[in-house]
This record gives sequence, C-alpha cells and structure tokens, in this order.
Amino acid sequence: MMKHLLSVGDLSRGEALLILDTAAELAQVGDRSVKKFPTLRGRTVVNLFYEDSTRTRTSFELAAKRLSADVINFSAKGSSVSKGESLKDTALTLQAMGADGVVIRHSASGAAHRLANWVDGSVLNAGDGTHEHPTQALLDAFTMRDRLGTLEGLRVAIVGDILHSRVARSNVLLLTTLGAHVTLVAPPTLLPVSVDTWSCEVSYDLDEVLPTSDVVMMLRVQAERMRDSFFPSVREYSRNYGLDGERLARMPENALVMHPGPMVRGMEVSAEVADSPRCTVTEQVANGVSLRMAVLYLLLGGS
Amino acid sequence: MRARKSTNSDAGGGAGSTPPDDTRAVLDGPEINRALTRIAHEVLERTKGGEHITLLGIPSRGVPLAHRLAGRIGRVEHLDVPTGSLDITMYRDDLRLAPARALGRTELPTGGLDDRIVVLVDDVLFSGRTVRAALDALGDLGRPRAVQLAVLVDRGHRELPIRADYVGKNLPTSLRESVDVRLEETDGHDAVLLGPSRPRTGTAEGSA
Amino acid sequence: MPDHAHAPFLIRGARPLGGDPVDLLLRNGTIVEVAPDIDAPEEAQTLDADGLIALPGLVDLHTHLREPGREDAETVLTGSRSAAMGGYTAVHAMANTDPVADTAGVVEQVWRLGRKAGYCDVRPVGAVTVGLAGEQLAEIGAMADSAAAVRVFSDDGVCVSDALLMRRALEYVKTFDGVIAQHAQEPRLTEGAQMNEGCVSDRLGLPGWPAVAEEAIIARDCLLAQHVDSRLHVCHVSTKGSVDIIRWAKERGCAVTAEVTPHHLLLTEDLVESYDPIYKVNPPLRTEEDVRALREGLADGTIDIVATDHAPHPVEAKETEWSTAAMGMVGLETALAVVQHTMVDTGLLTWSQVAERMSTVPARIGDVDGHGGTLVEGEPANVVLYDPADPTDVDGPAMVTKSSNTPFRGMTLPGRVRATFLRGTPTVLEGRIK
Repeated sequence: MMKHLLSVGDLSRGEALLILDTAAELAQVGDRSVKKFPTLRGRTVVNLFYEDSTRTRTSFELAAKRLSADVINFSAKGSSVSKGESLKDTALTLQAMGADGVVIRHSASGAAHRLANWVDGSVLNAGDGTHEHPTQALLDAFTMRDRLGTLEGLRVAIVGDILHSRVARSNVLLLTTLGAHVTLVAPPTLLPVSVDTWSCEVSYDLDEVLPTSDVVMMLRVQAERMRDSFFPSVREYSRNYGLDGERLARMPENALVMHPGPMVRGMEVSAEVADSPRCTVTEQVANGVSLRMAVLYLLLGGS
Repeated sequence: MRARKSTNSDAGGGAGSTPPDDTRAVLDGPEINRALTRIAHEVLERTKGGEHITLLGIPSRGVPLAHRLAGRIGRVEHLDVPTGSLDITMYRDDLRLAPARALGRTELPTGGLDDRIVVLVDDVLFSGRTVRAALDALGDLGRPRAVQLAVLVDRGHRELPIRADYVGKNLPTSLRESVDVRLEETDGHDAVLLGPSRPRTGTAEGSA
Repeated sequence: MPDHAHAPFLIRGARPLGGDPVDLLLRNGTIVEVAPDIDAPEEAQTLDADGLIALPGLVDLHTHLREPGREDAETVLTGSRSAAMGGYTAVHAMANTDPVADTAGVVEQVWRLGRKAGYCDVRPVGAVTVGLAGEQLAEIGAMADSAAAVRVFSDDGVCVSDALLMRRALEYVKTFDGVIAQHAQEPRLTEGAQMNEGCVSDRLGLPGWPAVAEEAIIARDCLLAQHVDSRLHVCHVSTKGSVDIIRWAKERGCAVTAEVTPHHLLLTEDLVESYDPIYKVNPPLRTEEDVRALREGLADGTIDIVATDHAPHPVEAKETEWSTAAMGMVGLETALAVVQHTMVDTGLLTWSQVAERMSTVPARIGDVDGHGGTLVEGEPANVVLYDPADPTDVDGPAMVTKSSNTPFRGMTLPGRVRATFLRGTPTVLEGRIK
C-alpha cells in the first residue's frame, strides 16, 4: 500500500480493489455492539480543512474515531491559517504535533501534493481544487459495486460541470481502472479541451446516453457558471442536462442515480428523482465512512 | 522447487505441491480427520450436548476447520451448529511491524453471540497472541456466556497466559521450526508439516 | 563595486565568436589589439583563456531587477551582479516595480542605481501605460528625454490589451525610434490561468492558459505595427503558433522583433506535474512541440534574440501551493549555458550566431550604445569569456542573485562564464564576481 492517497490515478487495480474490499468488511462495524476498532489507538489524524465541507470532514472524523485514532480538526477559520500562515508553516506545525496522518481539503489544485513534501506522515487528499477527490470516487465505486454487484463492464454516465469537477476527474480515472465504461455528458463549454485524450467517451446529448447507462452520476452545477457564460440560463441547462422523472424512466430498470452532494434540486436533479429509491445519495454518505475507515486503516494501520 | 513460504498460512501451498526434503508430515489427512472427530466429541461432552455453542473460525485456516467441526457435531447430535468466522486483523498487536494487510472475513451467525458458548477455532496455537486478539474482538461483538478454544495443533512457546480447551495434537517444536497446516479447502490437500523456520514475514499467522 | 581604474588586460588564446584562438588586449576600456601572440605590455595582467569562447558582453532586453519596491527579491546591485555572472554587460530593467517605472523620476533612479553599482549598464524600460493599468499612456516622451534615455517601453507582466491604446503607443514612440515590447496575453482568455492549457492542465485540474491567448495578440500587434509603420518587439514568445505568426509578419514586411527565454527553449509543461511552483512562469512552460518550434525559430532568425525574463522571487513566494505562488524564474546566470545546451550543442547555432542573438541584436533593438560589438579593435571592451566544456551543477542558493528560484536546479549545464569585462574592467574573474 502506498504512503499517501493524493490521486486515484496512482492506484493500481489491485490497490483500488483492496480498498473496496476492506471497506466492505469494515461496513459491518455498524452492526456491532461496539462500533469501534482499536486499530489506530495512539495515532493522530489531523483534519486540515481550508474549504468548508462539513460532510466530508465529519465523514473523515467519524471514520478516524471508529478506528480509535485521536482526531484534531484544524479548520482554516479561527486558526492561524486565517491569519495568513502559509501552508508550509502549517504543515511544519502539524509535523511538530506528531500528526500520523493529515486529511487535507484545499481550494488549490495540488495542495495535497505540496503538503506531502513537507510532512512525514501520510497525506490524504480530501479534495484539492478542481483536481481530484479520491475518497469520493472510491465511495462512489463502492456504492455502485454494492448495488449492482460488479464494476467490470458497467456503463456510467457522468453529467454536468466536468471542467471544474474534481469528482469527475477522480471517477474517470478510478472507474476506468476498475473496468467500467465512462461517458461524460456536458455542453462543450463545461468539458476540458483535451477531453478526447481521456479514457472515456464524450457526449453532448444526455437523452442519447441514458437508455444505455447503468449509472448516471449528476454533478453539481454552480449557478455562477452561468454568469461566466458557460451556459445561457439555468432553464436551458436543466432542460438539456437535468435529470427528471421522465428521463429517469428511459433508463434501464435497475439503473442508479448518484450525486456527490450537496444536491441542487431543480437544477441538475428534480425532486422526484432525488427522492426515488434509485437515488443513492444517502447511501453514498453512509458508505463514505466505511470507505474512509478503509483508507485510514490501509495508510496508517501498518508500519 | 516451490519456495517455502507458508508459515504465512494466507500464502498457502498449492495443490499437490511436494514438501521440501527437510520438511516432514506430522499429521496426514486421515489423522486430521480423526483428531477433528475426537474434538467434536469432546466439545459435545464439555458443553453438555452442544445446544448453546457457536463456532467461530479464525481466518484463514480456522474457518474450514470450524465448518468441519460443525458438520461432525451436527451429525452426532442432529444439530445445526451456528458457525461463522472472526477476523482478528484489526485487533493484532503487531500491525505496526508490517505494511497494512488485507482483512479476512468476519461473519457472525444469525442470532449473534450473546449468551452463546463460543468456541474459537484455529489451526495452530503458538504464542497466544492471535487468541488474545480474538478475545478482544469478541468483546466488541457481543457478550458470550463462555469462550473456549479449539486448535488442530498446539506447538507450545506461549507468550501469554492462554491455553486451548481442545487440542488435535500437541506437537513439541523448537523455535527454529515452523508448523504448516494445509487443508483441502484452502490448499487442495490435508497435512500438517513440520519444517525449518523461515524469517518471520509479519503476516505469520501460523506462528502467532 | 568593481575597480574601474584597472591595468590593461591581455587575454591569451581565447576564441572570439568561437573562431581560431587569438590574443585580445584591453586597455582604457577599449579592445586595442586582436592578434596572435601579442607581446604583453609590462603593466598588463595576463589571463590564460585557452579553450574559452570570447563573446561580446551579453545584452539582456528583459530583466526584472525589482528595485524599487521588492528589494527582498532583488536590487539593482544584486541583479546587476547576477547579470555580470551570466556574462551580461547591459540589462534592461523592466518597469513593473513599485512604484512603476512610468515617470522620468523612477527611470532615472533605476539608471543611477545601475551606474552606482557598476557591474553592467542598466537600461530602464519605461511603462507604456500609467501604473501598468492599461488605461492611459505614461509620459513616454519624458522618459525618453530623461538621463536614462529610455528607448524600450513595456507593460511587461501585463498585456497592453486595448487595441487602440496599443496603436497609439506604437505611433508615439516613432518620435525617437523607440520600441514597444509587448507582453502578449489576451486577458479574458487567461483569467485565473495557471499553466499551459492542454492534456496536463486538464489532468492536474489547473486552469489553462491557451496558446491562442498569446498568438491572437501577436497577430493583432503585428498588423497594427505594420499599419502605423512602427517597431514592435514581442516578449517571451512561447508557442509554435506565435513563431508561425511572426514568420508570416516578417515575410510581409512588418518591423517586428521577438525574443525567447532560455527556459522556454528547454523546459516543458510536464514539469508542472510535481505541482512545484518553481516551474510556474508567465508565459507558462509549453509542450515539446512548442520547444522544438522555438528552437527552430531562433535558429532561422524568426525569433531574433534570447532574453532571460530573469524574475527573482523570495523563497516564500514559491514555497506554497501552486495557485498562490508567484510566476517567474531567475535566469541571468544560466542563460548562456542553457543556450549552449539547447542551441549550440544541438548544432542549431554557431557561437557567432549566439553572439548576434544574445548581444548584437538585443543591443540594436534596445538602442544600447557601446554594446553588441564583434570583438574587433577599437570597440568598447565589453567581453565575456565562456568555458563551454565545464559541466556545472545548478544550485539556486549558490547563485549571486538575491533569489534562488531557478527551474534548472539539480541539472548539469555544459559550461560556465569565466570572466566578464565591462569597458575593460573585470566584473567577473575566475568564475567569481569581483
């Protein structure tokens, strides 16, 4: 197992499956009388969050606590970070505190890579700018495998703001590694210029892709993109790329609707779809804890 | 010749592989079967009919042994003995001596462990550390009425105050030797082999 | 400060412009004799230059000396010492200081600091627009008439993106045969841009900087310069498309000159994969294909000169996450060795062509008197002696510049400057600053 988890692109198929299998075992912790393992007793995990993300931070915090690690939440607000301390100085501080693992969320792409140069402990990328969000992709893959049995040959459509999405980047890399077929669906303005070199298909037409998709993953589209002329209006966007009941009905019977959250109902997903049993949003949250336990265990549990 | 690396029972031996010259079989297939049959009877005797027992095998080779025992007990008393597996990886005290390892399966029989007589089943009893970890794990899973231990081989050299309730074969060994259990279910054939020890790989389940 | 009342220097056995070995006698600031086996005058100091290449003192058209305002990164003194170490005898100090060099007062201050330091001739570049804000022409005439006699004007760091303002600036500098050095970067296409736009930026999730943002401005400016019959200089050309456009513009008679930096001749965007901002620069490192086109362009004369875009930054501006890091690289002390590595050792340029592209032509573009000669008798004794066979490991902190942000760190470059003479006075001897 590697020392850090910076990019899912660094994971081999075997390593990715090891994480998913470990998560599947650890998912049972919820059924036990004591929902905790002693595995990381005496180890310190720092949650270093430069962006507000209560859901990801809480998920990592719960995961670390279920492994008996000591958890320190170091958020940018109300700390020296907001007083202009550099990432490097913060890293050296965490180092001096003896952090065994640092979970970092940052608005700058590559921040986790930089941090890994400055601390001795393991660095877990909990989302860096528009680069990657490895644990989100892993928990998405976990959820798909859990619901549909396999990832091999699965047809997954990822819809929305691909250009600015770290979730999309990580998912394309991971799902491809695990044998799924990915199709990105978005208007050309929201696709990277070199997307034709990625290991996936691309389509501008959601209706064409849905009938042959086992999973459709809807990405959040921020309304401010409209002001930057990525699309003319929210109405036009959701007419072309939003998922409503009618579109859902055109998908195969067991097809899943996924969303990394937080969801904007009405923009990319209609309320009807969000509340459908085929929508895995809350399941994704629950699986997130097991998955993050697996990653923490595999990175910090050994020598 | 195949590299001898099966102190790590996870690494296993392939079907039909020939043991190296300096390794000898101390139990063959029929002997293993007889030992398990005897243990089954002892369990029934000690637990007064076996009505309340639950068997938990410790992965990897404890699990097929637990299922074999359950079968034997069931045939004698016409019982369906609840049987499962208990992975102890997350409770090991030597995790930091090696890279993080893959987890085995933990499967508890329906009905859980509360108020049951849990019989832990493993292939080799050595230092006692695996059993210590298993006891810790059990504590987090429920509250059995009693916990007992069945092993196919007790090779001595305990490092903790732990003893087995049921032993297939007591096998005096030197620390320079290794005990290697092979089972039909995992390795293609049944045998217990005694050979020279190899450097501990850290995943050394059979040596725990 | 170097000792300017110096005895004559007899350089023995150097190869002027890479030619046959010969002796050069420097006296009273002038090259007084170039001949084989010159009899050493009694008072002369003799320097054994066996195997060294002699070139006219290099002239940099694009240097950031940071003073006034960012003396923590570089000063006129430290920057001109760094220039001397790189074999330069004249540098053009860019205008993006604080305050901006947009008045006669600021350019004269920089010019005086350069004279006082005495390591090379510091020629200030004037800002095109007030405060580099791109709204209103700076007092270009006053700067030209000042003691600094500014001839090159640039908003470098920022593009003069307003087409009308650019046209006016090109027209205005015709009064004194000045030149506008454009930083070609269409601002709307590069908002928040962090690196070259393409496969690597898409993979790394860094906002891309499309080649077209540079090329579109170059095309526009070439057409404008030709329309108003003025001189345009294009700073730090970085893409294949830019080379093509400049080649086309020259063919149709546009008075355009262009520069390329040593780092764009050698490095590519793949280095960004480390997310180490030591590789963050404006314009960004591009692709292998671009590097090839830049080398070809420099070889065939489409690109006229090499300019360093020496951009010192303090450590903390680079030891940070990529997106907040400063853009720029130091380059004065490695320029000649990088050019040897990329252009001479590859057979694309002779040493005499290197002299043109790093001394003669930049001196002509910048209208710098007394520099850019051809090492013949009677010229001012601005000379650099370079050892092309002395592989040197690049070590940022060991450099003379106040900053250490060199992208070449850890690399071994093929040669090093052994001596630099500014009007006969050694500023560098035995590879060490005087």
